Amino acid sequence: MKLDSLIPAPLRKPAKPGEGNGSKNAAPADLKTSPPERPSDTERLTDKAKDAPADVLAWVDQRTAASGFLTGMLYRKVPKGTNWFYTLGSAALFAFIVQAVTGVFLAMFYTPSPTEAYASISHINNDVFLGQFVHGMHKWGSSLMVILIFLHMGRTFFFGAYKYPRELNWVIGVVLLILTMTMAFTGYLLPFDQRSFWASVVGININGTGPVVGPYLSDFLRAGPELGATTLSRFYAIHMLLLPGAIIALIGAHLYLVVKLGTTAPPWVRAEKPKIAAPVSQLDAGAEGNGAPPPR
Amino acid sequence: MKAKDKQAYLEEYEFLKKKGKPFFPYAVMKDSTMALIVVGVIIAMSIILGAEQGPKADPTTTTYVPRPEWYFFFLFELLRVIKPPELVPVATIGIPTICMVLLLLLPFYDRGPERHPGRRPIATTAGCLTIVAMAYLTYLGAIGGSPTEIEMKVPPQYEAGKEVVAGSGCLACHKIGENGGDLGPDLTHIGSQLPRAAIIRSVEIGPAEMPAFRDLPPKKLNQLSDFLASLD
Repeated sequence: MKLDSLIPAPLRKPAKPGEGNGSKNAAPADLKTSPPERPSDTERLTDKAKDAPADVLAWVDQRTAASGFLTGMLYRKVPKGTNWFYTLGSAALFAFIVQAVTGVFLAMFYTPSPTEAYASISHINNDVFLGQFVHGMHKWGSSLMVILIFLHMGRTFFFGAYKYPRELNWVIGVVLLILTMTMAFTGYLLPFDQRSFWASVVGININGTGPVVGPYLSDFLRAGPELGATTLSRFYAIHMLLLPGAIIALIGAHLYLVVKLGTTAPPWVRAEKPKIAAPVSQLDAGAEGNGAPPPR
Repeated sequence: MKAKDKQAYLEEYEFLKKKGKPFFPYAVMKDSTMALIVVGVIIAMSIILGAEQGPKADPTTTTYVPRPEWYFFFLFELLRVIKPPELVPVATIGIPTICMVLLLLLPFYDRGPERHPGRRPIATTAGCLTIVAMAYLTYLGAIGGSPTEIEMKVPPQYEAGKEVVAGSGCLACHKIGENGGDLGPDLTHIGSQLPRAAIIRSVEIGPAEMPAFRDLPPKKLNQLSDFLASLD
């Protein structure tokens, strides 16, 4: 297959765990066992060095059996009709990755204390190499991530992709949306300028007007009678530790289910089974021997 | 969805999947292109729009008009549109919570087998209306003032005082006319309930849970109390 040449040996379709040495791909190994001439030490070392990456991968694969999963994931078929609308989910994921990476760099220079936060952002903007650029990426990346999540959700909604058997993945997605909005809310306070301070005061007060849990929620968020040092460190911890951890875990679950259940086909793409393709699909089912019950 | 429909869907899906292309490299190619576009857009926005700092946070400030990030505008706007105080919790927490629960449980009450948007008129209409409503509220929030605006008509000599009240965050707790919260006493008729001197003392001391506004300059304090004392 033409594709095989693109991928490292352990990821290739026919490869099975622990077969690295015996397979036809490991040509240098044959040379080693029956050399036409006795190779010099340098040549043998070079050969070994050439084999090393494959050996390491085979070693890891023997212990994890990851190649089976990886080939399954890479070569799983996406249904007919898959179009650009289906890239919105991974686009949101990439926006999150950008947020994570830029966030790490910002965290290296940011101080979550009400007396120093503002100055540390000034420092990032004015002194740190590319500081304002990374800060800007983080700031505007959040907007783009929210937009992409909404577009992705819209696609899922209008394509009816939340229906059986993908209900659970819809629920996880909605939780991810809520966590992302919470992420935006807690991150907004961190620059500690007038805009972020007063927007957070208003946001917390809005929470406080809610029924039953409202006042408790705003007390928890404010961490004191007024917005101050404890509020900032609380928002910082939520923004930096709690929410990213939860989001990463849920993205993992979301992607697992995507691979497990497959992505949907657009609802207007139909299998033309009843007319010509019926015998073919029966043949296919028979070949696989799944014993799938016949359609009633 | 009945068991028959589920079975039919799974078979149909299996068939479409067989006719499809492998994830690598076809879908990966599209996703990578999209990833490059995403990163490119973020970089462009960062370069063009920057990340300028506003003035430093000042808890004692009395004139700052808070604005949330644009994607919370629709929530902010909801707060402005819904005026009666007994409905404010409904607007702020009730409607968003109900919407979130409806969204979360969508696959459990919309169980029909049909997936085509053209053949799901209720779902498609509801979805479009939600998008239009959110876009409209976001637009209103973007062009409108902040929730600290007082819409009450006042004689021109009290306009300055009205602005001070609006900018000082009084509406976070107090209601004046159609605007404001209900955490503190309603100030719509405060002029007939408290003399001007008592209003000034309240602002300076901050009785009960109210914060003291000691840093309000005397001129603004005068304008503020003139305006409040005129409300009867």
